[in-house]
Amino acid sequence: MSRVAILRYPGTWSERDFAYALSLVEGVESEIQWHEDADLRGFDAAIVPGGFSYGDYLRAGAIAKLSPGTKELRRFAAEGGAILGSCNGFQILCEAGLLPGALIRNADLAYRCDWVRIRAESDQTPFTSGLRGAVLRMPIGNGEGCWVADPETHARVEATGRVIFRYVDERGVVTPDANPNGSLANIAGVASDDGNVVGLMPHPERCVEALVGGTDGYRMLANLAGARHGTSSALYR
Amino acid sequence: MRFVARVLVRPKAEVRDPQGEAVLAALRSLGHDVAEVRTGKEIVVTFEAQEENAARQTAERMGDQLLANPVIESYSVEIDRDIARAR
Repeated sequence: MSRVAILRYPGTWSERDFAYALSLVEGVESEIQWHEDADLRGFDAAIVPGGFSYGDYLRAGAIAKLSPGTKELRRFAAEGGAILGSCNGFQILCEAGLLPGALIRNADLAYRCDWVRIRAESDQTPFTSGLRGAVLRMPIGNGEGCWVADPETHARVEATGRVIFRYVDERGVVTPDANPNGSLANIAGVASDDGNVVGLMPHPERCVEALVGGTDGYRMLANLAGARHGTSSALYR
Repeated sequence: MRFVARVLVRPKAEVRDPQGEAVLAALRSLGHDVAEVRTGKEIVVTFEAQEENAARQTAERMGDQLLANPVIESYSVEIDRDIARAR
């Protein structure tokens, strides 16, 4: 049984969707933790869900990075713990410096609420085993989803295989039209240098049943059944 | 001594500023011959410090720690003693 903690900050809104999604994955038990009481000892993975932590005041994720929950995430990440951030969770992990780059206002200024396709570029993370090259259809809902980085950082994440997801069209091809927000090189998700921390703008927890339009999120989250604390650093480095 | 720091945060030159682009288009629609628009924000912080240099250093620490994201933004600090004017 792998144990997954789901962090809740003030303004987080997707924690129960994640808990529900994980309840469908055999071999996973999850627990929602309030950020001030976060304690990841004994857990195999942590999830930072979407929402509007601290109202997105100042910048999305900027205030959440100072929370005790984020401090606990740093400790867990340094131990090699597997961490997944989705949407606002991705923004928090970038602001906290646990992931490279930053997320800025969508190029067309619109809040994008839609289905997109992303291609898994790497299977060297705890969340994408067996998915390399797979095109996954997932929902997005964000106003600040445009991933940017300075040229050196961008070159480094490309060269070291830390680009984990790219927006693609229905044929699995990277095109400008498939990019919903102007992200650099169609990047939808990246990983930390060790590969144990992953962030993406789409919402895997919102597509785990055919009833709601798709099950590709389940394909991704099913990987958590294999998450074991203390193994990821060695496995994914 | 009470100081007011006006922290001006702006997107770095190489970072796209979609808000600025939208404002540019709107200004042009009004007939203004505008070459470029960049948007940012001003954060006004009131606090106690020994003297102006100390106040500046404190404000810069705030900028580095929280007010600006160095990946995408730069900032500058103006220190003022006059609270009413700074507001």
